[in-house]
Amino acid sequence: MSMELDVFVGNTTIMDEEVYQLWLDGYTVSDAVKIRMEGGVLSECEATSEVLLSDTMDQFRTFQMCERLLQSPTKLANQLLFQIPPQRQAMLIERYYEFDSVFAREVLGKKLSKGTKKDLDDISSKTGIALKSCRRQFDNFKRVFKVVEELRGPLVENIQHHFLLSDALARDYAAIVFFANSRFETGKRKLQYLSFQDFAFCAGQLISYWTVGAVDSMMEDMDVELEKEFLHDLKDLKVLINDKDMLDQHKSLVCGQLKGKIKVFNEMEANFKNLSRALVNIASKLTHTKDVRDLFIDLVEKFIEPCRSERWTVGDLRLFLTHYISCAHTLDTFRHQIIWDRYMSVIKSCILKMYHD
Amino acid sequence: MPGKLKAKIVAGRHLPVMDRASDLTDAFVEVKFGNTTFKTDVCPKSLNPQWNSEWFKFEVDDEELQDEPLQITVLDHDTYSANDAIGKVYIDIDPLLCSEAATVISGWFPIYDTIHGIRGEINVLVKVDLFNDLNRFRQSSCGVKFFCTTSVPQCYRAVVVHGFVEELVVNEDPEYQWIDRIRTPRASNEARQRLISLMSGELQRKIGLKVLEMGGNAVMGYLQCFDLEGESGLVVRAIGTACTLEKLTNTVAPSAPLNSSPSKDVKEPGFGEEVCPVPLCSGPPTPLRTQTFSSFSPSKSYSRQSSSSDTELSLTPKTGMGSGGSTGKEGGPLKTLLRQQTQSALEQREFPFFTLTGFPPGFLVHVGGVVSARSVKLLDRIHNPDEPETRDAWWEELRQEMKSHAKALGCHAVVGYSESTSICEEVCILSASGTAAILSSRWLQDGFVDGYTEHRFEETAPPGCGFCHIPYDECNMPFPAQLTHCCCCRKSKVPDVLFTTIDLPTDASVTGKGCLIQARLCRIKKKAQGEGNATAISNLLPFMEYELHTQLMNKLKLRGMNALFGLRVQISVGETMLLGLASATGVYLTALPNPGGIQIAGKTPSDITYEQHISNIQRKISDTIARNKELYEINPMEVMDEMIGSPIPEPRQRSRLFRSHSESSDEVSELDLSHGKKDAFVLEIDDTDAVEDIHSLLTDAPAPSGFYSCNTEIMPGINNWTSGLQMFTSVRVFRLSNANLTNQSLNKIFTDLCENLLKSLYFKLRSMVPCCLCHLNFTVAVPEDELIQVAVTAVAMSFDRDQSQDTFRQSEDRSLMKAMAENEEQLQFPLELSAESSSTKPPNSTKGLPEGSVSSATPRASSVDYSSFTDRCSSWIEQLRLKAHTIRRGSVKTTSSLEKASPLTDGRSRSLRSTRSYSGSSVTVVKMTPLSFIPGTKIVKYLGIINMFFIRETTSLREEGGVSCFLHAFIAEVFAMVRAHVAALGGNAVVSYSMKECVFMENPNKNQAQCLINVSGDAVVFIRDSELETTPQQPQSASTHTSSSGDGT
Repeated sequence: MSMELDVFVGNTTIMDEEVYQLWLDGYTVSDAVKIRMEGGVLSECEATSEVLLSDTMDQFRTFQMCERLLQSPTKLANQLLFQIPPQRQAMLIERYYEFDSVFAREVLGKKLSKGTKKDLDDISSKTGIALKSCRRQFDNFKRVFKVVEELRGPLVENIQHHFLLSDALARDYAAIVFFANSRFETGKRKLQYLSFQDFAFCAGQLISYWTVGAVDSMMEDMDVELEKEFLHDLKDLKVLINDKDMLDQHKSLVCGQLKGKIKVFNEMEANFKNLSRALVNIASKLTHTKDVRDLFIDLVEKFIEPCRSERWTVGDLRLFLTHYISCAHTLDTFRHQIIWDRYMSVIKSCILKMYHD
Repeated sequence: MPGKLKAKIVAGRHLPVMDRASDLTDAFVEVKFGNTTFKTDVCPKSLNPQWNSEWFKFEVDDEELQDEPLQITVLDHDTYSANDAIGKVYIDIDPLLCSEAATVISGWFPIYDTIHGIRGEINVLVKVDLFNDLNRFRQSSCGVKFFCTTSVPQCYRAVVVHGFVEELVVNEDPEYQWIDRIRTPRASNEARQRLISLMSGELQRKIGLKVLEMGGNAVMGYLQCFDLEGESGLVVRAIGTACTLEKLTNTVAPSAPLNSSPSKDVKEPGFGEEVCPVPLCSGPPTPLRTQTFSSFSPSKSYSRQSSSSDTELSLTPKTGMGSGGSTGKEGGPLKTLLRQQTQSALEQREFPFFTLTGFPPGFLVHVGGVVSARSVKLLDRIHNPDEPETRDAWWEELRQEMKSHAKALGCHAVVGYSESTSICEEVCILSASGTAAILSSRWLQDGFVDGYTEHRFEETAPPGCGFCHIPYDECNMPFPAQLTHCCCCRKSKVPDVLFTTIDLPTDASVTGKGCLIQARLCRIKKKAQGEGNATAISNLLPFMEYELHTQLMNKLKLRGMNALFGLRVQISVGETMLLGLASATGVYLTALPNPGGIQIAGKTPSDITYEQHISNIQRKISDTIARNKELYEINPMEVMDEMIGSPIPEPRQRSRLFRSHSESSDEVSELDLSHGKKDAFVLEIDDTDAVEDIHSLLTDAPAPSGFYSCNTEIMPGINNWTSGLQMFTSVRVFRLSNANLTNQSLNKIFTDLCENLLKSLYFKLRSMVPCCLCHLNFTVAVPEDELIQVAVTAVAMSFDRDQSQDTFRQSEDRSLMKAMAENEEQLQFPLELSAESSSTKPPNSTKGLPEGSVSSATPRASSVDYSSFTDRCSSWIEQLRLKAHTIRRGSVKTTSSLEKASPLTDGRSRSLRSTRSYSGSSVTVVKMTPLSFIPGTKIVKYLGIINMFFIRETTSLREEGGVSCFLHAFIAEVFAMVRAHVAALGGNAVVSYSMKECVFMENPNKNQAQCLINVSGDAVVFIRDSELETTPQQPQSASTHTSSSGDGT
């Protein structure tokens, strides 16, 4: 004796946010029922576990049927199968595209291909996120990547248009797409301490200032790629370290500004040339794709770690970078002010974001 | 050649990928009507093709227009092999044939395939140019309006109710033709869908002809069913109530205040569909009508006469109503025809049946009780589809029986009439049921166009209880019943309980709230063939009916109630069992006597333990009754009993009356109990059966707090509905694995199935609390040997709790006042009664109490609040969408000029615009409800009937996720298609929606399943009351208001 069939269909599609989350998190129906029971819904409505099971099954089925639409959110608004109020549609889409930053951190910078999908098992066991949920998140990344990869115009807006996501979430996706496209190295052990949000911030900086779209949003090329010309121009910055006079002058200007203002003044003074060399070298190497990928590891190894070993505080670091940038302007012979600012403002904010334990 | 049908194929979207290689589709469309087919160009390599075709024109008879659907097939062009069908859209063009309904069909329709379900959408434009044809021998009946609504539609007024119309057409079922062996399931399904669509069209046309013959212009309570008789054929039959309706031109409220308090009062209690037309029909400021209102004279007891003699009623023309003039004024050509038709007497009609369940005030004079008839037939092949005589004769027989039953109850009519069948293999149970009643003849013949008000006061029987008074002769009772004096008017006799199939009349005085009452029963039957089987079934039927009736009675008593409305008894036949399910809404009619409790009697009280057992049960039962009375707020005025003897109550008694009302509920329930023992209903426990019965009585769990349920249109005691509305369908199929089941265990399984289903519904809809499940419509079936299927369609409506109690109190006060007034009436001149009763009304209508006025303001306030919330929530996503959709609809801009027109067009244009501009997408929110009204709104236009039939089949059941996924998707698809059709007609809701058929078959071994669904309803345009009254300044908020209201979750 068993229930052969059990369905409930409302004219307005009924969706419980809590159950939706359980579904998104990849729980099975029986696990979801258990969790709901512990959550105490039963007492709310004098229901039995059978009722809860039936309800959970129904909703999971509904979500499954909706999933196809959620994968192309613009369709959700003008499809006819489910009558869902707009604010609920927004909720469904937003939640469907939300991801665990732990998961995103693992995938960041990797190629979003099938090969990586096999690694999902490992990620799942490493992060404790259900495989089903990992798969959804990964597929979302891949889908968004595929759609916006070839599009013109601002990346974040493109994502918003095609996936109807909130601004914050669209920015995170932009970061993921950007990282996946440029294949930045994020997996090295030394980079492990960085969170997804750290990288997402850096990506945002790179997208805003270093891409073609940053200069002219109407350009043919899109936000996903760094501007080649700019990267090429970065070579000109070498003069800062190659010209001995200029390097000395730069150092003395910075030291003059910082004297008495930072605790690690002596270390700074001793290390100035190394630090400056590191930053400029990173800049000059960015013409090579390989070195672009290593941007973050380079920043950590060549700049952040030395500072950290000398126990610079974030405040000191900020002061140093600020004056390091501004003093270059006062160098008489330095003519690449615009390139310099465009490069250093991003580097500065990235370093400050990445400078923690 | 009286019609030109024009169709234009605009575009498609979300088409499926038909070419795997390119991931694209080369789509084109075939448009077919009758035998003519047109094709569009192929739109290569696109999933969102833009055809923008020319207008395809079909020149056709109007007969064909009525019968045929427009058939649109979307195909994928294939150069080398046959073109693949993507799916079809059938468009019923009937709504376009009615001048008052839709003028154009335009919108996105889901492309439906019987194997794959919905596959994308197609945008279509359809128009019809009709030429006037005055051929008197015509076979078409264009222009006759059809309504599923079983009462007078909201924006209409009934001029004449002509009576019963029926028709049936038969055909061979394509599924059983020889050709089915060689064609694909898809072809076979499509043949069936098309055939049923054709047959429905034909049926509707034929019924329309009959209506025209009778001089009517519309059919209310149109009920169409189909019987899948398998080998022996396919029967599509329909019944309805022919009538002459008059559109109320002035739908907006302004004229209502003219009418002062009485109309307002009627408007208060219900929100009901029968209620709304009332202020309206009295509204049109025809001088004549206002005159009749003011100059009415209290005439003598008319109802008495009618109840004593049927013939007199039907033949006596009403005196001095000056009807001729007013008809002439409003009459069209139809009506002049009508007037010549003098015969209107019910006796002269073949069947004085009415499929209506709600009536214009005053129409229903007395109610006798439920009448029903069943017969078991053996199906044989229909040899000649053009002569469906056998089936006709069967129904004819049954209807004759019904008629005689009604006569036996002293009634001349049957209202709330319906017919149904249950088929298993070659056995078919035909059932007819209804409520015997006496009707006022003023609607039954032409010539009475006067407002209701006059009638209302003319009747001496007060509207709150008149219908309860027995129609039959007291000394010559058709069945044993305890008669008492009416507790309201103290004059006429009333029965102790009243069962009816109709809705609770809006003016009925009711104490407390109502609730759904169900009796469920299973009976095992031996497998048999042919006549033996039929005999076995017909032998079982009376026992089942009796038991269901007993169960209903017990459950009714257990709830402390005394009347059932909307009773629907369904008996389903399977190979090895019969299922019986009776559903009704129990209420406490103030007019009827207080039901006694239930007393348990053992057979021979031999030993003490047995007696203890009995007294235990007794106590449990008494406790339950007391609890139920509290739950449903049934605290009738006990004093009434004492007053029966003395028609003129003394002032002292009256004051006591008030006091007893204000007593705490505890005391009241105690009172009830003591009273209950006086004339208790005795239940004897003489065998295990009875013990089972009592058990099942006590196991019916009450609804969780905050929930109410009924299967009627309105729930007594609740009338302040909010806009929260959720229509749903739930289907369950239970497999019995144990072959050796007893009647008892089967009963328990069946009862649990129904109870659990209800519990699930309560849980699902818990976010809507406080809420009432209205029009809970259960259908049971035995699709296979060991399967029980239960399907429920209903609407959950949330309401404002505080106000409900408030109005409950008010209505109580009012019934109290009324009772007083009624008592006084015997001393006073009747005219003063009317003054008295109208003087009691202002407090209700204007809500003089401060708390009342506060609460009356809340619904609007909260809804505004809600919309602004929605606004905020969806603003960013909306903006995004607007950006994404570069082409926006221009309708928004043109409205400012319209707004200056009349308030009506203003409101209408706004509602249309708001739904169109809904969040930048083209999807209109379409509400669906099985009720005939939508709370807080006014229906301004009926666009035509929706009657759709779909088949879905799968040969990959497991891959699709099993039966539940299959059916879930199918029901959702059916909803979507209904909504799309309504939206294309320009509507924003379906009322009187019902799922009349849900036949589910599966073959898990073959990985197959098939399901047939038939749904119907009335497509309408509604406007929110708030939009009518307060003109919101910002159009933006108006739009979100409408769109947000779709949120019932």
